[in-house]
Amino acid sequence: MTAVATRTGDPATCDAPEIRVERGQREVFCGLTGIIWLHRKIQDAFFLVVGSRTCAHLMQSAAGVMIFAEPRFATAIMEERDLAGMADQNEELDRIVERLLERRPDIKLLFLVGSCPSEIIKLDLSRAAERLSTRHLPDVRVLNYSGSGIETTFTQGEDRCLAALVPEMPAARDDVPRLLVAGALADVVEDQLLRTFEALGLGPVDVLPPRRAGALPPVGRNTRVLLAQPFLAETARALERRGARHLPAPFPVGVEGTRGWLEAAAAAFGIAAERVAAVTESGRARAATALAHYRDELAGKRVFFFPDSQLELPLARFLARELGMIPVEVGTPYLHRGHLADELALLPRETVLVEGQDVDRQLERCRAAAPDLVVCGLGLANPLEAEGVTTKWSIELLFTPLQGFEQAGDLAELFARPLRRRARLKV
Amino acid sequence: MQLTVWTYEGPPHVGAMRIATAMTGVHYVLHAPQGDTYADLLFTMIERRDARPPVTYTSFQARDLGTDTADLFKRAAREAFERFRPEAMLVGSSCTAELIQDDPGGLARALDLPVPVVALELPAYQRKENWGAAETLYHLVRACAPAPDAVDKPADGVPRCNLLGATALGFRHRDDVREIERLVKQLGVQVNVIAPLGARPTDLARIPAADFNVVLYPEIAGTTAKWLERAYGQPATTVVPIGVGATEAFVDEVAALAGVDPKAARADGTARLPWYSRSVDSTYLTGKRVFVFGDATHAVAAARVARDEFAFEVVGLGTYAREQAREVRAAAKEMGLEALVTDDYLDVERQIADLQPELVLGTQMERHVAKRLGIPCAVISAPVHVQDFPARYAPQMGFEGANVLFDTWVHPLMMGLEEHLLTMFREDFEFHDDAGASHLAKSRSAGATADAPSAAGEDAVVAVAAAPEGDPLWSDDAEKELKKIPFFVRPKARRNAERYAAERGVATITVETLYDAKAHYGR
Ligand code: SF4
Ligand code: SF4
Repeated sequence: MTAVATRTGDPATCDAPEIRVERGQREVFCGLTGIIWLHRKIQDAFFLVVGSRTCAHLMQSAAGVMIFAEPRFATAIMEERDLAGMADQNEELDRIVERLLERRPDIKLLFLVGSCPSEIIKLDLSRAAERLSTRHLPDVRVLNYSGSGIETTFTQGEDRCLAALVPEMPAARDDVPRLLVAGALADVVEDQLLRTFEALGLGPVDVLPPRRAGALPPVGRNTRVLLAQPFLAETARALERRGARHLPAPFPVGVEGTRGWLEAAAAAFGIAAERVAAVTESGRARAATALAHYRDELAGKRVFFFPDSQLELPLARFLARELGMIPVEVGTPYLHRGHLADELALLPRETVLVEGQDVDRQLERCRAAAPDLVVCGLGLANPLEAEGVTTKWSIELLFTPLQGFEQAGDLAELFARPLRRRARLKV
Repeated sequence: MQLTVWTYEGPPHVGAMRIATAMTGVHYVLHAPQGDTYADLLFTMIERRDARPPVTYTSFQARDLGTDTADLFKRAAREAFERFRPEAMLVGSSCTAELIQDDPGGLARALDLPVPVVALELPAYQRKENWGAAETLYHLVRACAPAPDAVDKPADGVPRCNLLGATALGFRHRDDVREIERLVKQLGVQVNVIAPLGARPTDLARIPAADFNVVLYPEIAGTTAKWLERAYGQPATTVVPIGVGATEAFVDEVAALAGVDPKAARADGTARLPWYSRSVDSTYLTGKRVFVFGDATHAVAAARVARDEFAFEVVGLGTYAREQAREVRAAAKEMGLEALVTDDYLDVERQIADLQPELVLGTQMERHVAKRLGIPCAVISAPVHVQDFPARYAPQMGFEGANVLFDTWVHPLMMGLEEHLLTMFREDFEFHDDAGASHLAKSRSAGATADAPSAAGEDAVVAVAAAPEGDPLWSDDAEKELKKIPFFVRPKARRNAERYAAERGVATITVETLYDAKAHYGR
């Protein structure tokens, strides 16, 4: 069930690898999964999925045992009565939100998150959010977005969530140019990168999402947006609609990516690349030392990516250029050719790029290619290991701080460890 | 709509997956969006299966809606058949596909595949995982079984039975099957078919050739066994062999059905639980207050074993399985309790917090709750997590299963002598609050760190919600005295003193009040 089309690259990056588009069975999470990190990032927000038992089950299976405390997410599970029209869905939703807010007076921002079932029955969550906002403001703001599997793939859920925040951002009042870093990063990474901007004398710098719902940054004509994640198409569009301008850049993965990312921001603020070089010198040197440990282990090893988080391109570029690995096939669920232009230009020309998925065919190609390391989701990892293939589960790449100079070594370690483990085991 | 934080059961199509994945030669084509593929990880990660579940997800997207989702399904089904060449195929809808009404059954029939195709109707907005598994097994067996007059029964006079109900992702199913097979064989009964675990569609066709069925898990095999009884006159067992007493009753039941002498299996000699429970070392287990929650079969069995084979006091019993609630209610009533029937884990948490048991026997949800409340816990039922699929042989059923119960339920508790030493030397600096059982040192301190942030953060809400209004105050002396009480009984002492004070309108709890309460509530 594949429709493989071959497209030529963007004219600007005509040297970049070809992108093949594939359709068929996918083996990727839906956008609801983003809630698992977003609810930790925005500390006074709550995510209420309006969906089915499947959605609730997905959330807890993907979250696994990572969460011991009561999480700031839940599912309003639709039942037969709701669908048969025996219960007014809006009244039901109001009742549930009421109960929830009573239990959690600490919540300042509530997201109603749409799912496949809520979208198919055309439950209008934006109207529900408006209605509930009117009722609960100023204590609680209620917003909505879709994390459904028919609309979003895995990390696109974060994109939709951040895009829903954009209209709520206050208008920037003055003419001061501001930098807005968009995309959820681990707190430790975010702090490091902000310190670098400060050292560069670049500011003011805001982040989206903020750690508290009340601290939404301003946006306006003088806002320059630097994307920290490669999956923020809608968010960037929404910010552009508010007058902000997107700064083309590679993503801050590895030394080269982080440097390019910082330089793009610096250039927009009239700071010379030499200054960036000077300020980041020690960081780059530390990263180089850390990476040197791994080069011997990883250079020449062939790596195959199954589509998962949309981080695949920056990661493949890092592995190829900084560790000497050979990306055989790089699958990604969705590829924003504009935002990833710099990454595409840096990837080895012969890399096979596949957008979308037909998992059975991809497995065939993977077996035929016999790579040294396969980066894939949790559903595929153990079956591949059982076939003798060394794997790295991709979800860890989202839950581990990996951006910036200081994390470059940790990132290399994530890829080296499965190989080292296989070499050590004598059973 | 139902507000849900954690769910005890997945949707019914996950039940169907448990049947398909347990078997060989079956493929399931599920009309579902991409996100539903998360279910694969239940099998590959939690159960550590070494192969992908035999499931094709059509992965339809918004842009396919209204144009060609039916076509997409047909293509997926045809390609799946060609690729995997199954001996039987299951087709059906997930919750989302149910709403777009493409009729996978009709579409698959139109493909005219050369193997049995079972169309599953699993209403996702009414039913859940176990029901889905039961329905799937039933329809699959019906589709594969021959007409009653075509059953080929061996005429060698050897009694034969089937072992029904073990699935993929089942709690200890892998080992239960082995233990029960061993037990049944000791009686001279031959095991005809084990299903669905490890069976092929052709094995299902042989099920009617047996004399009777052993229903290991009524939640899953009950529907099938009832039908087999009606259609082929095969009787079924009713006793679930968890615990020594139940295993003996099961042996008697099987022997009666097979027309053999139960002695061979009764004198099996592998049961250590009876002696371990009688040995003086176990005296300290007497009257320990336990809370039991799980699926109906495991909860009822655990409660009986706790009472009769550990001499525990069951203070709470419940289930998330509404379909089997009647059985749990009856068992609870027999113990002078009212069963807690709910699939809202917050209700369960509240009851555990209220009852302050000394041991929780539950699912992985209750493990989290118990950890938070600092109460020892052992897992007795699905839903379970990766650590509940141990590498070693660890059945729950049969005599060896009873041995496993003894070890796993006693392990989280403070050992007898240790408990006394702590009480006597409570001022000893090494017996500080976080010391915990010496053989559990690590997990205890992990528990303590997990509790620390939660006390200030997330769980504050729960704590606040649970605390009654107008709490009496604690005097400094009473607080100090309370600290001398070993930490594992301290929450109970605190709660008792507060309840005692509140009931008598005592505004400040003194040392006196503390001991008054102790005397009042003392066993
Ligand atoms: S794919 Fe759709 S139905 Fe499935 S879990 Fe995601 S939102 Fe829910
Ligand atoms: S855990 Fe150690 S100290 Fe405690 S009773 Fe057992 S052997 Fe003795």
